[in-house]
Amino acid sequence: MIIQIIDYLKAHSGAVKLCTWVGLTTIIVWSVSGVDTHHAHTWMEKHIPGFWALFGIISCVILVYFSRWFGKGGIMTREDYYDN
Amino acid sequence: MIISFFHPALIMIIGALLLPFMKGPFRKPFLFLVPLLTFLNVIYLSWHPGTYGVVTFMGKWTLVFGRVDNLSIVFGFIMALMAIIGTIYGLHVKDYWQHMAAWFYVAGSLGVIYCGDYLVLFLFWEMMAFASTFLIWFNRDKGAIAAGYRYLLVHTFGGVVLLLGFVLRYQATQDLSFVLLSEENTQLYTWLIMAGLMLNAAVPPLHSWLPDAYSKASITGAVFMCAFTTKTAIYTLARAFAGFDILIVLGVIMAIYGIVYAIMENDIRRLLGWEIVSQVGYMVTGVGIGTALAINGACAHAFAHILYKGLLFMGAGAVIHATGKSTFTQLGGLYRKMPVTLLFMVIGGISVSAFPFFSGFVTKSMIIAAGFESHLFVAAFLLSMVSVGTFLVAGLRLPYLIFFGEKRSDDATFEKAEDPPWNMQLAMIIAGLLCFVIGSYTPFLYNMLPYKDVVFHPYNGYHLSETLQILAFTALAFFFLKDKIGARATISLDLDWFYRKGGQLFLWLAKNPIQWLDTLWGNVYRVIGLYSLMTTARFWSWFDWHAIDGVVDGSARCVRAIGRRISIVLQRGQIQYTLYFSFTFAAILLFSYVCL
Repeated sequence: MIIQIIDYLKAHSGAVKLCTWVGLTTIIVWSVSGVDTHHAHTWMEKHIPGFWALFGIISCVILVYFSRWFGKGGIMTREDYYDN
Repeated sequence: MIISFFHPALIMIIGALLLPFMKGPFRKPFLFLVPLLTFLNVIYLSWHPGTYGVVTFMGKWTLVFGRVDNLSIVFGFIMALMAIIGTIYGLHVKDYWQHMAAWFYVAGSLGVIYCGDYLVLFLFWEMMAFASTFLIWFNRDKGAIAAGYRYLLVHTFGGVVLLLGFVLRYQATQDLSFVLLSEENTQLYTWLIMAGLMLNAAVPPLHSWLPDAYSKASITGAVFMCAFTTKTAIYTLARAFAGFDILIVLGVIMAIYGIVYAIMENDIRRLLGWEIVSQVGYMVTGVGIGTALAINGACAHAFAHILYKGLLFMGAGAVIHATGKSTFTQLGGLYRKMPVTLLFMVIGGISVSAFPFFSGFVTKSMIIAAGFESHLFVAAFLLSMVSVGTFLVAGLRLPYLIFFGEKRSDDATFEKAEDPPWNMQLAMIIAGLLCFVIGSYTPFLYNMLPYKDVVFHPYNGYHLSETLQILAFTALAFFFLKDKIGARATISLDLDWFYRKGGQLFLWLAKNPIQWLDTLWGNVYRVIGLYSLMTTARFWSWFDWHAIDGVVDGSARCVRAIGRRISIVLQRGQIQYTLYFSFTFAAILLFSYVCL
């Protein structure tokens, strides 16, 4: 059953993408208009619309590019590095 | 009320010792029964908090084997539960030595959790280290023996540091009790004990053993190891070092460090090992914050972590069991062959990523909320950033590179891939269900936490909106960036470089410059020392022969010649001469005697 679901989703990738965009938009719209931010901890969370969405994307980009930079700076090396 | 105390660790130890005698149809029921009995014993103890198993040792020290309180109850519960799940996962393993090692390891963990003094702590601490080493050695793969030795050496070092710490403390305070240490009055022993405990929690820079060992352990062994060592260490840190500010800094560093390495990693279990480092970072931070909410958060997250990380390691083990491959560059596209494993790895992934209704959502947020409440904004935001990375790595990268994308394995590997045996699936079902139960029915876990009066409601509109935004937009970013963090056939250098390369450097030094110096010294000794010694010896030999012997022999020859001459003169064979000389000599003697 799991295989059929995945294959079905792969076969309808256009619809999946559309649903994803709709889902993302819904989350943002709901977060901006329908969520009480009075209990947020900082100023940024209260006053920047979709703060955590931005935070997610920016964090992701920082982590990915930092890891690549760090890895390519000599940390990532060949698999048999420790072999004698 | 007096209750009968039987240490849960003792059940595991007795079970382990009896296991080799269990043959045929008795083996599997016995394997299930022993951890179950231990779990029931732990639950029984949790109904009767108190101090048990107090023994006077050598007339001087009071040992406490059974301290059952709010903190030990929650950790004892999850450890015993994980022992059942782990043993079910390994039911198919015929080699009883593996089960024995795992059970001794669990016994060590339970012993540490219920102990009340450093001597008992140390006893069970070392039991954990030694038993778990065998879980690595029982893996027959290349590199497992060496990894086991590295693991043992590192943990022996940690044990010695801990021993040094509590012995110094005993010398200073005459106290061996394992209680909260003072942050205001820190001594050398405080830092030594902390370092000893932190090594087991894999706090940088004492962390490299973890991904190294867990990626080399046997399949079942890794499932046990991912649960016990680090979380037992978190328990000990929460017991002795709650509220120590340095742990906040180290915990946040640890969380970031682990996730950066996990993003670069190519080996499934090393990636999960780095993920442990990262997640334990949250717990260390929680212990460092030290408020009631933070300690509850650390305990809750340790509880949840044992289950979802166990589930992820079980999934990874199923993949390795089926394919024999452990790196992303040799896997890919497996969803058609292992759909059940995919399902459970995704459940583990979304639990660790704090999806609503799964365990991470109700535990991780507690630590971050405690950070915000204590006005530690930098720490709280950095931990939020790490939770982005967690979803990126465990929720997206891991399942994507194993089950989706291009097929990077050879055809034979792909063909033989299949979902694991029933017992491995059953263990995954139990762990997966528990991840869901903890996340959906919060009183199950929250009622077990040490501070009962702390109120925390994870299911509110703001927290849900925050989590959904983070998760959804991380997934979006992954969609665009997935090729940047794809499978690459590399390893990542870490601080273990110093002792791994250090060992090789020592060997090289021994083989090359030290050997050269030794040879040179041999030559110098031969040329200068030995030659001059021989020359001197030859001279003295000559001197002895010609000078000393010459004098002695010459004197002897001289005396002999004089004697011969005298005898020629005095002993001519004519009696009148003999009488003449005799009387003359006697007369001279007499005259001399009279006159003188």
